[in-house]
Amino acid sequence: MDNKDSILSTAHALRYEIGEDIHDTLVGAIYHDAELIASRVTSRPDGKKASTFGATLDRFLTNRWFGFPLMFLLLAVVFWLTVEGANVPSGMIASVLVDMVHPWLRDTLTSLNSPWWLTGVLADGVYLAMAWVISVMLPPMAIFFPLFTLAEDFGYLPRVAFNMDSLFRKAGAHGKQALSLTMGFGCNAAGVVATRIIDSPRERLIAIITNNFSLCNGRWPTQILIASIFFGALVPAHLAGIITAGAVVIVALLGIAFTLIVSWGLSHTILKGQASAFSLELPPYRPPRLLQTLYTSLIDRTIIVLWRAIVFAAPAGAVIWLVSNIHVGGVTIAELFIDWSDPFAFVLGLNGVILLAYIIAIPANEIVIPTVLMLTVLSAKLTGVGSGAGVMFELDEANAVADVLRVGGWTVLTGVNVMLFSLLHNPCSTTIYTIYKETKSVKWTIVATVLPIVMGLVICFAVAQAYRLVVG
Amino acid sequence: MTHTVSEHCEDCPVHNLGNLTRLGINMHQVDFVVALAGNPNTGKSTVFNALTGLRQHTGNWPGKTVARAEGGFEYGNKRFKIVDLPGTYSLLSNSTDEEVARDFILFGQPDVTVIVVDATRLERNLNLVLQVLEITDRAVLCVNLMDEARRNGIAVDVRQLARELGIPVVAASARQEEGIPELLKSIYEVASGTYVCRPYRLEKTSPSLEKAIGTLTAQLKSEFPDLPNTRWIALRLLEGDQKIIDSVKSGELKGLYRANSVNRVPQTAATAP
Repeated sequence: MDNKDSILSTAHALRYEIGEDIHDTLVGAIYHDAELIASRVTSRPDGKKASTFGATLDRFLTNRWFGFPLMFLLLAVVFWLTVEGANVPSGMIASVLVDMVHPWLRDTLTSLNSPWWLTGVLADGVYLAMAWVISVMLPPMAIFFPLFTLAEDFGYLPRVAFNMDSLFRKAGAHGKQALSLTMGFGCNAAGVVATRIIDSPRERLIAIITNNFSLCNGRWPTQILIASIFFGALVPAHLAGIITAGAVVIVALLGIAFTLIVSWGLSHTILKGQASAFSLELPPYRPPRLLQTLYTSLIDRTIIVLWRAIVFAAPAGAVIWLVSNIHVGGVTIAELFIDWSDPFAFVLGLNGVILLAYIIAIPANEIVIPTVLMLTVLSAKLTGVGSGAGVMFELDEANAVADVLRVGGWTVLTGVNVMLFSLLHNPCSTTIYTIYKETKSVKWTIVATVLPIVMGLVICFAVAQAYRLVVG
Repeated sequence: MTHTVSEHCEDCPVHNLGNLTRLGINMHQVDFVVALAGNPNTGKSTVFNALTGLRQHTGNWPGKTVARAEGGFEYGNKRFKIVDLPGTYSLLSNSTDEEVARDFILFGQPDVTVIVVDATRLERNLNLVLQVLEITDRAVLCVNLMDEARRNGIAVDVRQLARELGIPVVAASARQEEGIPELLKSIYEVASGTYVCRPYRLEKTSPSLEKAIGTLTAQLKSEFPDLPNTRWIALRLLEGDQKIIDSVKSGELKGLYRANSVNRVPQTAATAP
């Protein structure tokens, strides 16, 4: 028997010799001494009572009845501010990048004797994809992230977790999953990393697999745009913003519902086990620091997320241009795929254009909508809009986008299903890679990737059938 | 870069902060390694940012830092590397974030461990402080959020606390950079050995436990001569901590030590600034 074994056997023997619960003795001693020391050094000299502001606020924000409605209301206000505030700057950025820089770039390339296909790939593919991503994403992010960071700095996130804790426990998952879920609203990759706060590997896996159901920043613009076209347009203009925000909130809540349902399903099948108890400290409310918040949310979040989107958009732009300009037997690759997949997509209440857009946009969810528009124009042979085959363009108003989509055969059903499919499909490539890094398991990475897309297909199918049964 | 300063300057916070060079992520040739530990949401990352000039994202919710973040600063002609550990309530359980913190304090052998506590929740925070003091001899306590404590009418006698714990105690409001100069000075003094800590140790309740720890510590020392904190390992073995048992069995204990230790330049005698 070597030394290591003898150490362990000594330890084992001693443990029984002592006979008492060492852990309890130790923890007891720690608590006892901590209390003693604390009582010797702290005092309340002026007899002032602890601030009651926080306690009063907590009675509302974590109230059994008001807690959830207040949460939804706050969420809706944040989206409404984002939707309303982002329109104007988005249009301004687009007019500079698309209307002014793009023609200039084309002319410059042409004057440098660049062949037509190179000009096409660079100016109409790569550049326009990046320009679109910047104009569509930067303004909402610059509004959404600071608001989110302010709520975080103020101390609201732990209250959200507190409210949702019992729901997660009933689903057999960990209450702290509420925190990683909230982080997922910003970015799923960040949400997956945030699951490290969960102790039990079983509950952590559940949190990782379901994080994709938190609508991430890359998907908000899709949701907001489709909601404003198909729901905002149904009501008078002054109500449009509220209805749009409401529709987006409903989709976000649906995501939370799916998180709970799937967590429940997992914890009762392949990841069986008891929910572990935990204590969550509600931190004091702190006055947020405005400048610091603006700085960190702009630098840490907005710029980093935007940069990632640009990096992924560039090659995707090239691919879009290529598939819509390379002809095989007289038709482009894009048209070939769209025609081939249309019957299948019809069953799902979508269309071939949308499926192709999602495939091209696997690296980054942000570029789904521009891809859809471009491909719709191409396949519907719509003239008078856009700049030519494979050219992504910016439409000034949601109305123009709506026109394009209607020509492309979109109905309310298509709109609803695009929103659902945007919620329920595979995570983006960064998130998939992060899941692999965190779980170090190919199996769980595949589960986390395939599960949402299967759910998306099933639910879109069900909605399409139900819609056609009712509406005809 | 040597400049002579008068004796009065040495105690002056303005001079001390002027002596700080924030190195951001530049961590070459460090003389000392500082670990930053504490309960969740006590402002560790804010202290980290104040020392390194980095902008580690801070947020008002427990569990924001899940991995360790590192940065550097130079003070008193010495280069320091500072490691921001995940916030934990204890070092006794087994979640990933607690293990990151525990393994680093235990095996990374930081020259100084700065424990950041919330002045408004001192009693609960002291639980972690006492656990850290069981592991390491060289620690500085930063009683943060003093502004919040004042608003709530709580007074903390930091000098008394320093006497009780046997380590330097600094009152701070890191968000306002209040107390950062004093913290730097204390870190420097403990790292360079000018301040010798006599950390508070738990008054053990049972003599049989003490005897068992003694027996086991002796055995551990002969098997793993390089290992620091054999006492803590002995305690964990007696408690039946499976992770520690496994790492003794596989001999990984040494590996853990190496994986967490940080390259630094050979120690030279340090003098006060």
